[in-house]
Amino acid sequence: MEYIPQILFTIILIGGIGFFAQNVKKLSRNIKLGKDVKINDNKKQRWTNMAKIALGQTKMVVRPIAGFLHIIVYVGFVIINIEVLEIVIDGVFGTHRVGLSVLPVSLYGFLIGTFEILAVLVLASVIIFWIRRNIIKLKRFLSAEMTGWPKSDGNIILYFEVVLMCLFLIMNATDTSFQNLDSGNVVSQFIAPLFSGLSKGTLHFIEQSAWWLHIVGILTFLNYLYYSKHLHILLAFPNTYYGKLTPKGQFKNLEAVTNEVKLMMDPDADPFATPAVGVEESEPEKFGASDVTDLNWVQLLNSYTCTECGRCTSECPANQTGKKLSPRKIMMDTRDRLVEVGKNIDANKGTFEPDGKQLLGDYISTEELWACTSCNACVQACPVSIDPLSIIMDMRQYLVMEQSAAPSDLNNMMGNIENNGAPWPFNQQDRLNWTNES
Amino acid sequence: MSNEMNVPTMASLFAEGKQPEVLFWVGCAGSFDDRAKKITKAFVKILNKANVSFAVLGTEESCTGDPAKRAGNEFLFQMQAVTNIEVLNAYEVKKVVTACPHCFNTLKNEYPGLGGTYDVVHHTQFLKQLLEEGRITMEGGKFKGKRITFHDPCYLGRANDVYEAPRDLIRKLDAELVEMKSCKTRGLCCGAGGAQMFKESEPGNKDVNIERTEQALEIKPDIIAAGCPFCNTMMTDGVKNKEKEASIAVMDIAELIASADDL
Repeated sequence: MEYIPQILFTIILIGGIGFFAQNVKKLSRNIKLGKDVKINDNKKQRWTNMAKIALGQTKMVVRPIAGFLHIIVYVGFVIINIEVLEIVIDGVFGTHRVGLSVLPVSLYGFLIGTFEILAVLVLASVIIFWIRRNIIKLKRFLSAEMTGWPKSDGNIILYFEVVLMCLFLIMNATDTSFQNLDSGNVVSQFIAPLFSGLSKGTLHFIEQSAWWLHIVGILTFLNYLYYSKHLHILLAFPNTYYGKLTPKGQFKNLEAVTNEVKLMMDPDADPFATPAVGVEESEPEKFGASDVTDLNWVQLLNSYTCTECGRCTSECPANQTGKKLSPRKIMMDTRDRLVEVGKNIDANKGTFEPDGKQLLGDYISTEELWACTSCNACVQACPVSIDPLSIIMDMRQYLVMEQSAAPSDLNNMMGNIENNGAPWPFNQQDRLNWTNES
Repeated sequence: MSNEMNVPTMASLFAEGKQPEVLFWVGCAGSFDDRAKKITKAFVKILNKANVSFAVLGTEESCTGDPAKRAGNEFLFQMQAVTNIEVLNAYEVKKVVTACPHCFNTLKNEYPGLGGTYDVVHHTQFLKQLLEEGRITMEGGKFKGKRITFHDPCYLGRANDVYEAPRDLIRKLDAELVEMKSCKTRGLCCGAGGAQMFKESEPGNKDVNIERTEQALEIKPDIIAAGCPFCNTMMTDGVKNKEKEASIAVMDIAELIASADDL
């Protein structure tokens, strides 16, 4: 009988981690639905970027208030999780505060004391975050795409954190042996009096309940990640590693087009030549993107990494002037469509059954795509190196090269470039006329 | 502004067996747009005064393909690029300067992958270098104490991380450099990029250039300095829309310097 809690704990632990691992597999499969791009250059620069941007949060502090509060929650989250290590050992081996038996009391007290202080700071920050979203109603949390689930998702995450921090403090406050130790109970000693007058048995029951709810809460939160925008706490690391290193203005040149252009420019090429024996005529590649599988895996990783903070959208000139475009929505739409495609594959035994939908049109409208000025403000603003602009540009390529569906003004501009080498209808032979004009 | 300009073409220098120090890529706006042509001339006058050996492609220059690429027409972009690269490589061009950040970005970043690798600089970088080398001198008399704000072109600033060259030049004019609330990495676009220059804007509640002009007006500048012919057009239109053209000038950095020197 005495082993039942330990067995129960181990089952919950393995179950919680196992279920999460299953979902991580799905996540990884979905990301790999994107086109392959090889990224194995500049490893040193990439590790540096990850260390600075993800680990060091350098881009978060561009907005000092949110950045500072976020760093507290982030540092608190990482450090308080050291405590989870003790909880896991205690749970599996049936010990109580195993740390005390391996560490000097003073060091143990110092660690728990640090966790308690951080817990209070996290609690305060999370409450301020909640106020910013729900009372002050900051504009960037209120865009059109931030209603329904995304709005609730943001709040649920905050509630999770409030509950977890409170459970941690209550657990310490009601642990009489820990309180009697009087080392490290820097915060919980002020909570303990709230429980004074309760019997020893009741206190023990509350302490044990808090302990169990805390660890079950953490495992639930871990599994909640997959269904929420909160995956950034893990994906920010690979995402910043694989982020763009070339100048922001450099858009990649489409290789499939380069091959065709070379063929056109080569005077010796025979367009009607029969392909050499053994060379199968490959299907012409689709230009640009109309669905998530046309995007590359880094763009899909971007979409799962987005935590919907909206810094991109609040910096977007099109969005600021009332246009429909919101870079955050581009990322959310990409992710939502990818999730839909993934579910379709799961439901159809591993193959995708056409569902008559695609990213273009069903999620992202052409009006949004044509509102972009390619100014890179969204890319610059993203604290985790997401590139919404590359998705917009890939989709424009599809519209123009596969569908000839550019706005007519742009067709005129492109016609001019084609005919006379300038976006306006001026003759190339007149390019030097300015030298003779006063 | 009546001085004769000396604008040699690559073809003429090549015929004489000469190679200029730098190719001046004029760009479509600089060649054809009435406002931008003034910037082109101002820059040429500075080059002439500093005795810089340069040349233009003239009738052999063609659109870099930037607006086509940003509009999604990769095919047209690469056709333009490959054609231009053939011309540039035939003249063995090593260094290119341009007053258009869009040409600058495309030539510098997107041509190398297609066989055209050059040392490409924006004219503000080039002018700063001339100044540092003592090839031009700047006297700020005319602009002394004037409030000048610099509007960062997206394709110079964020796209290529060039923020200081134009500002250093403004400071040399003894002017008071004032910054808008969105500047440098957070500079607000003028609204022309991504081929928007050539189309009607999508439905919204304001034009981007008006929003940007309002940001500029907030800090009460005497001059809005630009480093891009398209930004220049957008900001000029914005200032006119606000009926401030009598008190606020929109000028390119090259025009400021040429004008300070009475060129």
